[in-house]
Amino acid sequence: MLWTNTKRVVRSGFVNFWRNGFVSLSSILVMTITLFVLGSLIFTYVLLNGALIQIKDKVDINVYFVTTAKEEDIKSIQKSLETLPEVSKVVYSSREDVLADFKKRHENDQFTLQALDELQENPLGAILNVKAKDPSQYAGIVRFLESKSVSQTDGLPIVDKINYNQNKVAIDKLTRIIDSGQRLGLFLLGILIVISIMITFNTIRLAIYISRDEIAVMRLVGASSKYIRGPFVIIGIMYGIFSAIITGLIFLPATYYLGRATANFFTGINVYNYYITHFQYIFPMLLGAGALIGAVSSYMAVRRYLQV
Amino acid sequence: MIYFDQVSKIYPDNSIALDDVSFTIEPNEFVSVVGHSGAGKTTLLKMILAEEKPTEGAVYFQSTNIHELRRNEMNYFRRKIGTIFQDFRLLPNKTAYENIAFAMEVAGKTDEEIESDVPHVLELVDLGKKMWSFPHQLSGGEKQRVAIARAIVNHPDIIIADEPTGNLDPINTYEIVQILKKINDLGTTVILTTHNKGVVDVVNKRVITIESGKIIRDDKEGKYVL
Repeated sequence: MLWTNTKRVVRSGFVNFWRNGFVSLSSILVMTITLFVLGSLIFTYVLLNGALIQIKDKVDINVYFVTTAKEEDIKSIQKSLETLPEVSKVVYSSREDVLADFKKRHENDQFTLQALDELQENPLGAILNVKAKDPSQYAGIVRFLESKSVSQTDGLPIVDKINYNQNKVAIDKLTRIIDSGQRLGLFLLGILIVISIMITFNTIRLAIYISRDEIAVMRLVGASSKYIRGPFVIIGIMYGIFSAIITGLIFLPATYYLGRATANFFTGINVYNYYITHFQYIFPMLLGAGALIGAVSSYMAVRRYLQV
Repeated sequence: MIYFDQVSKIYPDNSIALDDVSFTIEPNEFVSVVGHSGAGKTTLLKMILAEEKPTEGAVYFQSTNIHELRRNEMNYFRRKIGTIFQDFRLLPNKTAYENIAFAMEVAGKTDEEIESDVPHVLELVDLGKKMWSFPHQLSGGEKQRVAIARAIVNHPDIIIADEPTGNLDPINTYEIVQILKKINDLGTTVILTTHNKGVVDVVNKRVITIESGKIIRDDKEGKYVL
């Protein structure tokens, strides 16, 4: 009996979906918008998150040593830095490396190079470039470096300066901008999603409102609530499935068109590539969301007319 | 079989549809309920279908109070009643065949039963050729015959017909009445409301006359008197 009923409910759902073609079409289009917004939320999140990660990755600090600092002292500081859990990478540049770098950077600037040649010896100190796992941890690392036992050997300071304090403001600002941008974007999209789900819900309710007399007749013939409701829920799920397929297809040209722009703007994340590589996650998610919204909307909408 | 025990119905706007009505309908009776529009005929039928609850009194089917049934029991109860309405109330998105099949599906009949009974019952009301037509492709008389076929397909104990001929021309009216008589002859209780004098006179069975919510006449072999 259960199997027979299930079969009948599903068949009836399919048949009604087809026979109410126009209602189905408009419901699908409305739901497509909902799913499109939902998909956009995913992409926005990915892009902003990617940007944030990349910007965080660009943040580092340089520790400049005095010219008289001995290489083994610097190396030992590097070693102790590397043992810190907050530190992800430390790169040592010797005085010679720094000089070569400097010359390369100013190769078009004859005056600077001449001035450099005037000096008998290399005026530049060695540098340790430190990258933390998270930008918020730099303060702790700097405190560690500034402590006497690290920055001094034989009572003489060997650390000339740490550029954290100059960069700090910029780093903090950038992190905050991206952070609040991300929050604002997700918030707006969240509102859009709520609105479009409500519109979808209302559309389905209208579609079922058309059938209210039908529901009353089914009641009078003695149909159980489940049996009346079933086909409507099936139709709701079908709206979701078709909408997800349409949305999935629309995202192909849409992300392709936006792909290059986002790759430039968000430093290397191409939404199109992301969409293609994550299709097996994104599409089932759209499918599931669509089917769920459709089924729940139908279920709740029919309830009103079942009270005969 | 059906027993109205001092039933009153007052609608929320204080209009009195039924006023202290009591009567009994025996198995296999053919009862015509007549009266002016608004006299309370339809309310009376809605009571039997449990579409409306009485304000006072009770309606019994055999020995159960209809209005104390639970949702589930109600569904079973309604399957024992075949209903026919003035406005047909067919499912617009289903063909004649599917409309009747739906009533059988609801009653839990197997696919085999449906496949054999539906064409048979459509043949009975002379609609074998319109089996796959949708309601909007059928005439009024044809729609009403589909509705009758749907009402009788599950072999109900009672047929309730609420002005079934109200929207039909005299020839179709005559045919519908003949079908209802035939159903009654085969052993089903029929309750019919109408304000068509011809129909009542042709049936020539018990007539209950209602006016302003009260029963004013109950004749064993009645004529239409108002």
